Amino acid sequence: MSNVSSLPENLKPEAINPNSLSRDIPGRGAFPKISYVRYALLSLFTVLGFIAAIAVNRLFPQIANVQIEPYQIGKSLSIDINDLYVLALSGVILLYTAIAVFSFSDADRRKKFERRMPFRFAIGLVLGLWEVLGTKLLLLPQPFFPGPARILEPFLMEPGYILQQILYSLRLFSYGFVFGVTAGVLTGILIGWFPKVYYWVNPVLKISGVIPAVAWMPFALTLFPTPFSAAIFLITICQWFTIASLTAQGIQSTPKVHFEVAKTLGAKTPYLVFRVAIPHAMPQIFTGISIANGFTFTTLVMVEMMGQPGGLGYYINASKVWSAYYKVFAAIFIMAILFSLILRAVGFVESRVLRWQKGLVKS
Amino acid sequence: MSEQVLHDTDSVVLKINAVSRTYIDDEDKTVEALRDISLSVRRGEFLSVIGSSGCGKTTLLRLIAGLDVPESGELILNGEKIKDPAPQRGYVFQQGSLFPWLTVEKNIASGLKARGVYKDNKAEVARYVELIGLKGFEKSFPHQISGGMAQRVAIARALINNPAVLLLDEPMGALDSFTRADIQDKLLELWKTNKTTMLLVTHDVDEAIYLSDRIVIMTPRPGEIKEIIEVKLPHPRHRGGTEFLSIRRDILEKLHLASAAPQPEYAI
Ligand SMILES: Nc1ncnc2c1ncn2[C@@H]1O[C@H](COP(=O)(O)OP(=O)(O)O)[C@@H](O)[C@H]1O
Ligand SMILES: [Mg+2]
Repeated sequence: MSNVSSLPENLKPEAINPNSLSRDIPGRGAFPKISYVRYALLSLFTVLGFIAAIAVNRLFPQIANVQIEPYQIGKSLSIDINDLYVLALSGVILLYTAIAVFSFSDADRRKKFERRMPFRFAIGLVLGLWEVLGTKLLLLPQPFFPGPARILEPFLMEPGYILQQILYSLRLFSYGFVFGVTAGVLTGILIGWFPKVYYWVNPVLKISGVIPAVAWMPFALTLFPTPFSAAIFLITICQWFTIASLTAQGIQSTPKVHFEVAKTLGAKTPYLVFRVAIPHAMPQIFTGISIANGFTFTTLVMVEMMGQPGGLGYYINASKVWSAYYKVFAAIFIMAILFSLILRAVGFVESRVLRWQKGLVKS
Repeated sequence: MSEQVLHDTDSVVLKINAVSRTYIDDEDKTVEALRDISLSVRRGEFLSVIGSSGCGKTTLLRLIAGLDVPESGELILNGEKIKDPAPQRGYVFQQGSLFPWLTVEKNIASGLKARGVYKDNKAEVARYVELIGLKGFEKSFPHQISGGMAQRVAIARALINNPAVLLLDEPMGALDSFTRADIQDKLLELWKTNKTTMLLVTHDVDEAIYLSDRIVIMTPRPGEIKEIIEVKLPHPRHRGGTEFLSIRRDILEKLHLASAAPQPEYAI
C-alpha cells in the first residue's frame, strides 16, 4: 500500500480537480468526461426541431383546402405525401441519433456535434413553419412555393422516371469528368514540361478558359452526332482547360532541388516527369478538379435544360412547362445531394492521394 | 590507431584539374566563383572544404556532381571525365531535398528506383533505415520528422547507390548543435562501415576538424584554394583536446586572413 502523505503536494489524489480534467483531456479514445445529462440534452435538441416538424404535420389542422392523394405501393400499401414526409423526418431523426451515439466517444466529433446543434434544431423549425405557411394555411404564393411534403410527391408519383433522369445526369457527368480530367492532366503536363508547348498553347488556354463552355453549344450541337455526345464535349472542355492550367502550374513550380536530387540519383526524364513533377503537381491537379467541378455542375444543368432528352435539368425544364414547381424543387433537392456526394467522393480520393501534405493529415 | 590507415589513401578517386567557373550576377557583373582549382581526392578519405559564404564551395560540389559544367579545366572520377549527374557521385543538399510525397522508406528507395532498380530493394532499404537509426519511422512523411532525421534520410538515399564519392553541401548547416553532433557521429559511422569517400562542405571549423582527414581552406572572390591542412588525430576525436584546439586556431587564423581581403557588397 502506498503512503499517500509521502507524495508531493500536487500529486495527492485530492489535489486533482475533477472539473479541470473534464476539459483538459482531448483526443480520440480519451474517456469522455462531459456530463451525460448535458450530452443527452444536446442530442435531444438536435432532433427536437424535426420532432416539432412531425408534430406540425400530424397535429396542426389542415385549414386550407389542399388535395392530398394516396399512392399505391405494391399490392397492399397505400401512402400519401404526408406519410412519406413523416417517414423522411423520422429517418433524419434516426440518423442524427445515430450520429449522436457515434460521436460520443470522440472529443472532436462531440465538439462538432455540439456546434451543429442550433443549426439542425433550426432546420426542423423552419420545416414546420414552412409547412404551416405552405400547406396548412396556404399563405405562400402557389404554385411557386409548395409545402415541404408536396416536394416529395414526385418520388411517389414517378420514382422510376426520376431515377432515369438522375442516371442520365450522372452518365453525362461521368463521361465528361473522365475525358476532361484525362485531357486536362495530359495537356497540363505537356504545357508544364515543354516551354515550346507552353508558349503556343498557354495563351489559347487562357483565352478559352474564360469562355463559359455553354457558349460553344451551337457548335457542339452541329458538330456532334447526338445531343448526348455534344453535352459530353461541353462538360469535357469545362474540366479540361481549368485542370490543364493548374496541372501546368503545379509542374512548373516543382522546386529545382527535387529535379537535381533525382538527377544525382541517376534519374532520366521519365522519372523526372512521372515521379517528381507529377507528384508535386498533385495538389494543384486536385484544386483544378474542384474548381472545374463547380463549372461542370453549372454547365451540366444548363446543357440539360437547353437541349437534352433527359437529365435533372431536363426534368426541371419539363416540369416548369406544366407549372409543376414542386417537381422543380424536388430536382433541386436531388441535385444538392448528388453534387455534394460527388464533391465528397473527390475530396475523399484527394485526402488519400495527398496524405503526404502538411496539414491534411490529422494525427 | 588513426582511422586513415583503414582506408586506401594512396589512390586518387577524384581529380580536379585547373577548374574555373564564372557567373554573371543579376547586375550583369561577372563573379569568379572558382578560379583555377586543382585538387586530388584520395579514395576513402574524409575531405572537408571550408570557407566563408560565397567562396564557391557549392559551385565546386555542383561541378563534381555534374549539375553544372566548368568553363575551363576538367574533373575526372575514376579515370572518367565528369559530364552529367550520376549515382556514383551522391549529393546531399543543405535541406528540404526529400520528396515530400514519399515516406521515409520510399525516399530511401527512390535512390535505387531513380536509376531503374525496382526489384528486391526491401532488405537494402531496411538496412539503411536501421543504419541511420530511423527504425519505426519508415512510414512517416518528411513533414512529420525532424530536420535532423530528414538529413539522415537524405544521406541514406544517396548512400544506397554505393557512390564512389558522397558530396555533402552543408548538410548540417540548418540544424541545432545537438542534432548536428549527432549526425556528425552518424556520418563517421557510415563512413567507417561503407568506406565511402566523403567530400563535405561546411563553414563550421569544429565540424571539419572533428570529421576530416584533410581540410581544404578556400578564399572568396575569386574562389581559390588557399591551403590544405591534414588532420592526423585518431577517432573519436575530442573537441576540447589540445591538438584539436591548436588546429582550430590555425584554421581560424587562416580563414581570418582570408576574409581580411576587401569584400564589397557580397559579404555573407
Ligand atoms: N547560378 C548562379 N548565378 C549567378 N551567380 C552565382 C550562381 N551560383 C553561384 N553564384 C555566385 O558564385 C559565388 C559562389 O557561390 P557558391 O558556390 O554558392 O558559394 P558558397 O557555397 O561557398 O557559399 C557567389 O558569389 C554566388 O553569388
Ligand atoms: Mg553554399
